[in-house]
Amino acid sequence: MHPTTILELKPEASPYLPMSAKLIHLEQFTEKEKFLRWELSQSVECKAGQFMQVGLMGVGEAPISITSAAGKRNVIEMCIRNVGDVTSALHQLNVGQSVWMRGPFGNGYNMSNCEGQRLLFVAGGLGLAPCRSFILSALENREKYQDVTILYGGRTPNDLLFKADLEEWSARKDCRLLVTVDRADNSWAGHVGVITTLFRKIKVDPTNTTVFVIGPPVMFKFAVLEVLAMGIPENRIYCSLERRMKCAIGACGHCQIREVYVCQEGPIFTYQRVKLLREGI
Amino acid sequence: MLPHVLQKDQVPTFVKHLQQTYRVVGPVAKEKGFYDYQVIEEPKDIYLDFPITVQSPKRFFLPAYETLLKYNRAKQQEGPKVEVEAPRTVLFGVHPCDIYATWVLDAVFSKDPKDPYYLSRRDRSVIIGLDCLKACDEKSFCLDMGSLYVQQGFDIMLTDLGSRYYVEAVTDIGENIAEQSDVLVLATAKDHAAHQQAQEKKQANFQHKVPYDTKYLPELLDQSYDSLIWDANARRCFSCGQCNLVCPTCYCFDIVDETKLNLTEGERVRKWDGCQLQGFAEVAGGENFRETTGTRLRHRVMRKGCYMKKKYSKTGCVGCGRCDRNCPADISILRTYQQIASGTVAV
Repeated sequence: MHPTTILELKPEASPYLPMSAKLIHLEQFTEKEKFLRWELSQSVECKAGQFMQVGLMGVGEAPISITSAAGKRNVIEMCIRNVGDVTSALHQLNVGQSVWMRGPFGNGYNMSNCEGQRLLFVAGGLGLAPCRSFILSALENREKYQDVTILYGGRTPNDLLFKADLEEWSARKDCRLLVTVDRADNSWAGHVGVITTLFRKIKVDPTNTTVFVIGPPVMFKFAVLEVLAMGIPENRIYCSLERRMKCAIGACGHCQIREVYVCQEGPIFTYQRVKLLREGI
Repeated sequence: MLPHVLQKDQVPTFVKHLQQTYRVVGPVAKEKGFYDYQVIEEPKDIYLDFPITVQSPKRFFLPAYETLLKYNRAKQQEGPKVEVEAPRTVLFGVHPCDIYATWVLDAVFSKDPKDPYYLSRRDRSVIIGLDCLKACDEKSFCLDMGSLYVQQGFDIMLTDLGSRYYVEAVTDIGENIAEQSDVLVLATAKDHAAHQQAQEKKQANFQHKVPYDTKYLPELLDQSYDSLIWDANARRCFSCGQCNLVCPTCYCFDIVDETKLNLTEGERVRKWDGCQLQGFAEVAGGENFRETTGTRLRHRVMRKGCYMKKKYSKTGCVGCGRCDRNCPADISILRTYQQIASGTVAV
């Protein structure tokens, strides 16, 4: 006897309503990682370090870093590791199929904040995917920065991602790329050792240098020690902290690190902030 | 509008009148001395002399299970649909702690991007509060947390004067409801005096349980981050999540897709989740950022006593004592507030 009311909301009213995204290109990088290029049904403004919630109806959504450069675009790129329900469903897609996305989310990083600086990128494993959004944004406007140095470490030669980009960056005269693997095989002629060993090979002027360290927590811990030893101030070292995300709009609580919602105030944090967050790494 | 009175034996009539326009939710007596909020069918089922309900009424704004989107995998070009079930509701007999908690949830779901599901339901709800003149039991500490005296977040407030309720309407909606009712009578001088006496008696009936002013709680908690009390208390925690379920300000949720057996139609639903559950902070690959019960307990207490205050300027803990009352392991948030004062490691 009590009146019920079902309100139909305008689609734009719900922050959970996704946009359509078509897969226009894919490439198998490694056994578990694929490169995917998407055409979105609308243009979005992306900053370096942001992510999208990528999903399929009936499976769910997962937060995936944008690996393409910053800017207003309707074509974005991602590198996705097959590690759960959503990502394994994404791995079964063919070119031409569509998914549903929301975003971009996250604070991202405004590359104008490091204009005129020397840039050092330190990427470990899958961390190269979000790191690439910073690298490409810098290389697209190369004249705005002083030196650009890229350090990249993978477990084995077969685990290296973005091999075509690595070759391109190697060939460029306006940036320096050093790649290492933890364990080599017979085909590998390059440097062998964990990523911290690459720091011996570079000389970095700590004045006017901004460093981006992106990789798994254990790599981050040791790489940051090397960066601090170079004399880089804590507020010029950036990292990407990742957590479980469901809503991506600061409501569901899963991504909280202490009082911070990583989906909104992160994932890009300075080391100065990460130190205070304690639970961060 | 001037205060009115409602005779206690006229409450069912008042409720019946409300039921013509609203879904009425009110406290009912369950078995074994428990009380909870329920949609009222029979007006005389409402029981207002209850100490405290098992759960807060938050589920009438934020259901334990609700549909965010409806999808049809065979008609993907159309896109998903958004529908919200938002009946016009009167929440009848809400105590100050729960009024305060609703005010906190309003702040949470109103911040950008606004949550249209919560807000649709909240905007179509009327809250008729019922003041507490004595402590519900020894586990509550609403006086310390500042939720015992509320000035906003409700449309009408009832105060028990013995044979009748003193009725104060504080919003336009509250006034409309009061004016449209036949059973409300203008309060007399005797009623005003009785109300004043009741307020004075109320003050005498509540004591402080926290040994410091809780305005220092956020800072004390910050300093207790490395204290041993978290592991000490959480050693007996089952990670059952009862505390999250019954807490009036807990609102964390999970989002899952549920497809019908025809594999075509389905819904993206949100369900209550709890930070005390083992997998809450676990990511793909197996890393768990709050792996131990100690880190999870610390997170909850700090959310309630520190982080929410920083983010919304309102305490996340209203001192209702429900987590304590319902915990099978006898873990009490009040006791942790007491323990951080002296740095004690207690059991």
